[in-house]
Amino acid sequence: MEPKETTSEAQAGTQFEPEIVAFCCHYCAFAAADLAGVMRLSYPPNVKIIRIPCTGKLDIGYIFKAFEKGADGIIVAGCEEGSCHFQKGNLVAKKRVAYAKQLLRSIGMDDNRLEMYNLSSAMGSRFAQIATEMTDRIKKLGPSPLGRKKNDQVEEIKK
Amino acid sequence: MKSDSNLEKVLAGGGFAVTAELGPPRGADAEDIFKKAKLLGDCADAINITDNQTAIVRMSSIGAGILLKQRGIDPVIQVVTRDRNRIAIQSDILGAAAHGISNVLCLSGDHQKFGDHPTSRNVFDIDSIQLIQLFKKMRDEKKFMSGQDITVAPRLFIGAAENPFADPFEFRVIRLAKKINAGADFIQTQAVFDVTRFEEWMKLVRDKGLHQKTNILAGVIPIKSARMATYMKESVAGLKVPDEIVARMSGAKEAKEEGIKICIEIIERLKKIEGVRGVHIMAVAWESIVPKIAERAGLLPRPKTNNNSAVLL
Amino acid sequence: MITAVQKPIDEIAGMAFRHKRILIVGCGSCVTVCFAGGEKEVKTLASLLRMKAKMENRELAIDEITIERQCDHEFIDKIAALVEKADAVISVACGAGAQLIAEKFPNKIVYPGLNTTFLGITEQQGIWKERCQGCGSCLIDKTGGICPIARCAKNLLNGPCGGSSDGKCEINPETECAWQLIYDRLKQLGQLDSLEEILPAKDWTTSRDGGPRKIVREDLKQ
Repeated sequence: MEPKETTSEAQAGTQFEPEIVAFCCHYCAFAAADLAGVMRLSYPPNVKIIRIPCTGKLDIGYIFKAFEKGADGIIVAGCEEGSCHFQKGNLVAKKRVAYAKQLLRSIGMDDNRLEMYNLSSAMGSRFAQIATEMTDRIKKLGPSPLGRKKNDQVEEIKK
Repeated sequence: MKSDSNLEKVLAGGGFAVTAELGPPRGADAEDIFKKAKLLGDCADAINITDNQTAIVRMSSIGAGILLKQRGIDPVIQVVTRDRNRIAIQSDILGAAAHGISNVLCLSGDHQKFGDHPTSRNVFDIDSIQLIQLFKKMRDEKKFMSGQDITVAPRLFIGAAENPFADPFEFRVIRLAKKINAGADFIQTQAVFDVTRFEEWMKLVRDKGLHQKTNILAGVIPIKSARMATYMKESVAGLKVPDEIVARMSGAKEAKEEGIKICIEIIERLKKIEGVRGVHIMAVAWESIVPKIAERAGLLPRPKTNNNSAVLL
Repeated sequence: MITAVQKPIDEIAGMAFRHKRILIVGCGSCVTVCFAGGEKEVKTLASLLRMKAKMENRELAIDEITIERQCDHEFIDKIAALVEKADAVISVACGAGAQLIAEKFPNKIVYPGLNTTFLGITEQQGIWKERCQGCGSCLIDKTGGICPIARCAKNLLNGPCGGSSDGKCEINPETECAWQLIYDRLKQLGQLDSLEEILPAKDWTTSRDGGPRKIVREDLKQ
């Protein structure tokens, strides 16, 4: 199904700054994010990290809740396949993310707004790369078709 | 004699019977039946008319059967349990018998998903073996399935189909025994291409004495082209076509002639198998070739009994 | 369990979007086990509908509740207030549960969120298969514990038919031939000779064909 979103980038001259939520597993992705910080690597401030014990803990309901609360894009980041601290959590997450993408398509949202990545705790720069990649991607896609939360909507009305 | 069937008479007389098959038209086209009747009438002792085969709607088997009777031909009407419940089946057979139809082949029927009305419900109130039992009860006990009396019982020669090549192989002989116990007077088998394997099955059949309790007619299909041979080998469950036949068809200069030759070779081998009482020729979409095959296989002329004179209306 | 599949989101949205406030009611029993209408599925469905409504600029408020099961009065009684609040209810229970809700709130529009399918078992997580048709007179003692009514496409009692090939049914190469299964099981049990017995035509009066059914227990009635 074709995404029915319409981009509304030209919001009276302001550059669109995406809100991106990253569900990161404690053992790998979160550690990598930490390491990126220690290494003083910069990555876009658009990415807000939520630490979860394992990506296998991720209920698809969290993904939709995040979109409903205003996220423009969502990253799910876990250990590399074969190295999940809880053995198969990231494999379960892979299937759930694929299913969530299917559900996004079914309501006409671009499923590129959701992506799963795998990395190890030592990959600080990879984390920074992922964050940058996703931010760029969402910038191109534009804001979520669900619109922003109340304060932003007020701003738009004012304009 | 259980019925007024010509086929029954030929078999009772000890002869090697021949039956052929025709598919009815997809319309109320009596001429189509009359044309085919003329073509096949002298080649066979009785002619099968399929019943919405492959679940594709065609003129009813009984309707076409009545037209054949008008031309003095003994029909074998086929009844599938897919489309009718026990009420309709009993009702239909009374109608058929009232028109002088005797031979009836009992089948389950292809699933409706293969046909032109896949969204229909199916019936399968009873299965083919219960159907054989039912017709036997109607004929011999003169009672309906409910146990109530039939005023004028239908005189029937009851047939069933068997596939010696279907799975599970070991079970096919038991299934045949079941059908015979239920009351099958004659059996028409699925087409034989692998005669050796068929001979193995017949041996198992003879070991149980089944060949004497019923009349087994072996099926044959003449192959028209190499593509048909390949299709039947690869896509039709229940047909076992040996590689050598496919090879012969592929390598032949004149495919049709080769197909006829192969068919006749198979018939000649079948004639020699103890317990095979006849042959059932299914010339799918090639009814015109049946007279030639019957002649070259030495099956003509067919014996004349009192039954195959035209019935005047 | 009774298995079901959620209706396509467009179909459910078509029902929901006729109203401004709806209640989605989940069921904690069978449909939870087959991941069609349990608490989590209710949550996801509500999110998706809100998101879709937002994208289409529609006003839609959604309440969510999941009860133990929707086939008994007591559990539905507990949510009466929530039902009253809503303009319409979407039940993601099986057809039985959805109907009981409709029956208890005859002034409320009740929509089915699921397509109820069959009585089945969990073969493995994520795969459920049909096992029982509720014919009302179980005969699996005669067929090695395998039901030919539910598992044979032609519900033959004296199968297999000529379409059985390599243990598979003619209708689908992935569907097992029930009679092959029965044959194998009876062989394993040393009961192959029972297959020589002809099973008689079935009495369908105990099945759906006899009309809508009921069970009455005088010893339990109040």
